[in-house]
Amino acid sequence: MEIFGIPHQAFLGQLLLGLVNGAFYAMLSLGLAVIFGLLGVVNFAHGALYMLGAFAAWIMLDKFGINYWFALVLAPLAVGAFGVVIERLFLKHLYKLDPLYGLLLTFGLALIVEGVFRELYGASGQTYPVPELLSGATNLGFMVLPNYRAWVVLVSLAVCLGTWFIIERTRLGAYLRAGTENAALVQTFGINVPMMVMLTYGAGAALAALAGVLAAPIIQVNPLMGSNLIIVVFAVVVIGGMGSILGSVVTGLALGLVEGMTRVFYPEASNIVVFVVMVLVLMVRPAGLFGKEA
Amino acid sequence: MNNSKKITRITYIALLALLLVAPFIGLYPVFVMKLLCFGLFACAFNLLLGFTGLLSFGHAAFFGSAAYVTGWFVKSQGWTPEIAILAGTVGAGLIGLVVGAVAIRRQGIYFAMITLAIAQMVYFFCLQAPFTGGEDGLQGVPRGSLFGMLSLQSDNAMYYFVVAVFVLCFQFISRIVNSPFGQVLKMIRENEPRAISLGYQVDRYKLLAFVLSAALAGLAGSLKTLVMGFATLSDVHWSMSGEVILMTLLGGVGTFFGPVMGAGIVISLQNLLADKVGSWVTVIIGVIFVLCVLAFRKGVVGELQAFRERRSAAALAGSKQT
Repeated sequence: MEIFGIPHQAFLGQLLLGLVNGAFYAMLSLGLAVIFGLLGVVNFAHGALYMLGAFAAWIMLDKFGINYWFALVLAPLAVGAFGVVIERLFLKHLYKLDPLYGLLLTFGLALIVEGVFRELYGASGQTYPVPELLSGATNLGFMVLPNYRAWVVLVSLAVCLGTWFIIERTRLGAYLRAGTENAALVQTFGINVPMMVMLTYGAGAALAALAGVLAAPIIQVNPLMGSNLIIVVFAVVVIGGMGSILGSVVTGLALGLVEGMTRVFYPEASNIVVFVVMVLVLMVRPAGLFGKEA
Repeated sequence: MNNSKKITRITYIALLALLLVAPFIGLYPVFVMKLLCFGLFACAFNLLLGFTGLLSFGHAAFFGSAAYVTGWFVKSQGWTPEIAILAGTVGAGLIGLVVGAVAIRRQGIYFAMITLAIAQMVYFFCLQAPFTGGEDGLQGVPRGSLFGMLSLQSDNAMYYFVVAVFVLCFQFISRIVNSPFGQVLKMIRENEPRAISLGYQVDRYKLLAFVLSAALAGLAGSLKTLVMGFATLSDVHWSMSGEVILMTLLGGVGTFFGPVMGAGIVISLQNLLADKVGSWVTVIIGVIFVLCVLAFRKGVVGELQAFRERRSAAALAGSKQT
């Protein structure tokens, strides 16, 4: 059986791969959107935090024998705490300034974190085994689906939905959204805005780290895994409309699929197709697909 | 005001004299040339960030693609260096025209992210295109003979050529900034809505500034290829875009000499530390970046200028009281 002249196994395989990549794009750009929405900071360190999450899981297993399921909770907590420290030490001082300074500061932080890990662990990758429960594959009849990849897509969708729910449908989310509109006013209602901002950055960092833990069994855990991904995620954010949560999720998944399809039909362009889409979208809608015109 | 202008002029003349005699007082010419190339790159970048207020995060695309174009023309086509440099510069300017036309539709961080993303396209193009040598880049690019007559093979001949180009470009940039066109750019930086309301077609000015900056960055990349004899992927990689931002920020955004100084500090640090501390260099560069943003936003030259202004203001206040 063939689809558009491509063996359907290869076609569906790439479709799935695209969906898995899209899940990572969605989760990472979601974290970026949340941080940008409340703090007005474009978090260039997001890739480094994702890498930290993967490394944290790997170190936990390698040094302490902590398995995947605990790492899935512990690594995001650890990286989230690290995020809180970053916010307190550095970002706090920049809120009154041009947002570009936040971008530059987090870029410097990303250099530091990546440099340290490259020095400690080298540029080559570390392998992380797929947890036993999720190893193997399910035969769906028309294709063989590796269980772990299905799990990644499911978790990512659940996380995206959960984040959307918290921000759009809960009281805490209402405070967060109000805080982005007028922090001073929200403060006068007795809500501790600096604390909220701090925890938001921590939560965004934890989201990035969670994506890192999920990625660990699929890719080689290496110090540069974040910096390679972050620029694609930036493009996703620009296409989706900066700060739009729905935009991040939908665009992330869709671009993963677009990239997968490009790999089938014209592999040479698969690395740049996301950027091509970005340019095309900007021509028509400068504010992004789901963005509001500023 | 007149006094400080005089000081600046004397400083420049002294620096130029130092540049001219540098090879005779034991400074390694290739190192100084590398420094000048990156200094020019940073000046070109500063034309955009410092004087127009646009933060491009993709300037490596212009620097690197011009490096490849020049390298390829000299090595594979046997062009003379001045034509190859011109080709690299024009090529970078044309890419700048396309990138700028897309990017100036948005402002601030969006602008930065869009330039970054498009620069990444250029990177992947250079990685995969048949004439760039892929992972290895272009190695062993000959320096050739200027106008087919003057051999640049010796380090000293190349050195004076680079100094000449650098000085001319530096002059050119200060001419741009001090021209009426440059005044409009500064107005856009300070208050864009006002510039629009005064009837200036802001987008055109921004685009022209972008193209000029891209072309000059390309010129720097072209020169670098001839000096070092290679063009590689690290020239187009986005970390190079980050480096040029650091150079400009460290030296002083919006000052004339700051970017050159910043380039000098970064390149010297890399040269000095690379043997001793290995890849900790990245970490050190990152720390400097963080410190610059947190505590030191005016940069070395900017802080010096502010210090001098404060002192002369204090002196003025003092003389008024007596």
